[in-house]
Amino acid sequence: MTLPLIVYRSLRQHALSTWVTAAGIALACGLLMCVWMVKTQSHAAFTQANSGFDAVLGARGAKLQLVLNAIFHLEASPGNMSAADAEAIRRHPMVKTAIPIAVGDNLRGFRIVGTVPELFTQVEYSPGRKFILEKGGVLFSADQRQAVVGSFAARRLGLAVGSTFRPYHGLSFDPKAEHAEVFTVTGVLAPTNTPADRVVWIPIRGVQTMSGHDPKSATDVSAVLVQLRSPAGGFMLDMMYNKQGNRLTFAYPVGAIVAELFGKIAWFDQVLALVAYLVALVAAGSVLASIYNSMSARQRDLAILRALGARRRTVFGAVLAEAAGIGLLGAVLGFAVYAALFAGVAQLIRAQTGVVLNLAEWHPVLAICPLGMVAGCALGGVIPALKAYRTPVAETIAPVS
Amino acid sequence: MLSVSNLTKSFPSPEGAPVKVVDVAEFLLGAGEQLALRGESGSGKTTFLNLVAGILAADSGNVMIDGVEMTALREAGRDRLRAEKLGYIFQTFNLLQGFTVLENVLLGMSFGPRGADRAHAREMLGRVGLGHRLNHYPRQLSTGQQQRVAVARALVNHPRLVLADEPTGNLDRRNAREALALIREVCREQGAALLLVSHDEEVLGGFELRRDFAEVNRPALEATR
Repeated sequence: MTLPLIVYRSLRQHALSTWVTAAGIALACGLLMCVWMVKTQSHAAFTQANSGFDAVLGARGAKLQLVLNAIFHLEASPGNMSAADAEAIRRHPMVKTAIPIAVGDNLRGFRIVGTVPELFTQVEYSPGRKFILEKGGVLFSADQRQAVVGSFAARRLGLAVGSTFRPYHGLSFDPKAEHAEVFTVTGVLAPTNTPADRVVWIPIRGVQTMSGHDPKSATDVSAVLVQLRSPAGGFMLDMMYNKQGNRLTFAYPVGAIVAELFGKIAWFDQVLALVAYLVALVAAGSVLASIYNSMSARQRDLAILRALGARRRTVFGAVLAEAAGIGLLGAVLGFAVYAALFAGVAQLIRAQTGVVLNLAEWHPVLAICPLGMVAGCALGGVIPALKAYRTPVAETIAPVS
Repeated sequence: MLSVSNLTKSFPSPEGAPVKVVDVAEFLLGAGEQLALRGESGSGKTTFLNLVAGILAADSGNVMIDGVEMTALREAGRDRLRAEKLGYIFQTFNLLQGFTVLENVLLGMSFGPRGADRAHAREMLGRVGLGHRLNHYPRQLSTGQQQRVAVARALVNHPRLVLADEPTGNLDRRNAREALALIREVCREQGAALLLVSHDEEVLGGFELRRDFAEVNRPALEATR
């Protein structure tokens, strides 16, 4: 009972500095965990979120841009490819499924993507999972001005079965660029936690023949999403399109190409991590300063404990435990900071990309970071603990008479 | 119970030369005896008590408490012996201000052989008339009550020897008389020897056994010449 009581009372006696220091630690701990978890989860989510496709074929350009545009519905399309090229890959013996898409319009900032109904009937967007329509919805007909809306987009745009809308030209929302065609929502997709949730899907002919679009490219597509029969087909098509050909780009494998993106922004992760480490260091330093500064006021108490029979190592342990206690308090509060930060970042990423990060997902860093904080704070307590250890009892406790 | 021989302790003077503060050739106190030492301020009384308590390490000499040679022990051993066999009552009470009355007494027990025994601590506080103040903090008590807490803390471990350094120095006459009576009574009940130092003639007058510290301590004697 002795040590916990001493630690508890001491923390309570210096409540303000305890809370301020713990708050600093909580911030550092929460920030570190958030940076780590967002990095880890987003890396996994983006590299695995291939929407069920192995590769993307598109106009000549950067593979990353092609993948971001066709799979994540971000970035501009590198250009169009002809219907003949789309048909050629569809018929290739190594290709299992080929789904053409056409982009170029939006609905109040949400991307409109033209595609074929087979995307929803044949493709598993993740192993064992196909797109499901919410109750009362049906797929659009390939030759009608109809739409199926992703769950996130439907909620944000306030669309439901029977709603109508007019697309806006371009990938960015411009109120003056409204098309004349009116589309009717026939279905809303159940949430998939993929980028598809943020898309308004219409028949590919709808995009190709939209008023204002170039009639000469009325059969062109923006890209073809490809499922292969075997990985060998990927290397074969890579050779065919990228090395031997010069008109088209074959982006394969999708995960590896997205990983390039993370390689490019790794410096940003490092900066964030560095900031978090510095905050952690400052927090540990503040524990040292806080306890060290309170030592003068507490030396008498420690000397009294020694006079009562407490050993040097007991008072050393008490001060160390106090430092660790502040670290523990900060680490516990750190989970609240982590939850708040992570929820905010996850919401932002979901709104921007459709990729969902999971706050409740376990990762060893959620244990390592708080434990490391507690250890760091205990380390910060070593110097004040040594001061306590060396407290001269007789001189501190009473004047010599 | 207490046997001191050839005990010396020096402190460096501001000029750096060592100044002998304690030089006691022999001092004895029997089990259960109550002895008052008279001494002026600066005579080395507190240093002597601190040496006996093992709070200070002697330069030379022996202190034997209940058959254990304190001066032969290392610091951790002295701490253990102090917790097990000694009770120390200070002039300034030395209560821990951040802890309740009950916790102060429990802390006094927790380093001793039996560990913290809440029931016994309550009983001891009841014995000194503070059974209704268990959860008060020292600052919420009168000085007389604070000294009672100190007495309870010093005696809760059933020490064999109680050292009291000017225990009534901060109390008014009435509280001083009560506190002194309480200390002596509880020591008697528990069979503990009491070594009390004071310069107050009224305090000293109540003791059958009393000595001048100057007779015991050579530097104090030299200072009076």
